[in-house]
Amino acid sequence: MNHNVMKMITPLLAGILFGLGLLLSGMTNPAKVRGFLDIFGDWQPALMAVMVAAIAIFALAYAASNKMKQPWFHSIFHRPSLTQLDGRLFIGAALFGIGWGMVGLCPGPALLNIMTGQEDILIFILALLVGNRIAHFSVGPAK
Amino acid sequence: MWNELAGGALIGIAAAVLWLGIGRIGGISGVVANLFLLRQGHRYWSLYFFIGLLSAYPLYVYLVGTPDMQMTDNKVILAAAGILVGMGTYIGNGCTSGHGVCGNGRLSVRSMVATCTFMAFGMLAVLIMNTLTNSFGV
Repeated sequence: MNHNVMKMITPLLAGILFGLGLLLSGMTNPAKVRGFLDIFGDWQPALMAVMVAAIAIFALAYAASNKMKQPWFHSIFHRPSLTQLDGRLFIGAALFGIGWGMVGLCPGPALLNIMTGQEDILIFILALLVGNRIAHFSVGPAK
Repeated sequence: MWNELAGGALIGIAAAVLWLGIGRIGGISGVVANLFLLRQGHRYWSLYFFIGLLSAYPLYVYLVGTPDMQMTDNKVILAAAGILVGMGTYIGNGCTSGHGVCGNGRLSVRSMVATCTFMAFGMLAVLIMNTLTNSFGV
């Protein structure tokens, strides 16, 4: 099939599978995510399995890609170029972690939950976009 | 446990399809930044991914049923948390998907540090908030 069509279908299919995975695993339920993070209280460890399964499968795919010259439908692999540990990484991850724990939503489930029709989710999304802008104009563009 | 494993497997397959198909890392905070004009070069694949992600919801409701979803209705907490997630994922270049799944799968040291950091601070935030709620009914 034409590569231009596949360049459209591939991310579309990936998005559908990603969304189904988030929903099936329960990552879209903030109460469940907060239960997973509540290690000092009533800890619910089941979500650990999501990370383990997802990482294992992606690790296999990534290892396979090391033997490929290019992706199936594109000219290059866009490999992340950053390797240095810096303050920006730590501070960013810490701020994200606090926000994640407060409500129990990370970006993927937040986007998916737009479809629930709950108005409160829009407050979170809007605030997330504002946070993006604040970061963009205060510390500079994402690398 | 099985739903979590199967869901995680689907997420891993999705990230694998995106990487092997078009050579892109499946990081949602990246997709959000691409979509909302901050990184214009990557907007097209991000848009298709976003459409796919949202379509999963009605598909899931049709195949399985309405998923559980319980969230705080405190608008101040929602707004504050949203700003922190938006800032943090932008500053740290990733979230649970880009660092947590793809980065760790690539054995990236940066992503391992980021994952440990956001997990630790997430646990701390839950501990503090639950303590406040239980002690003072905030």
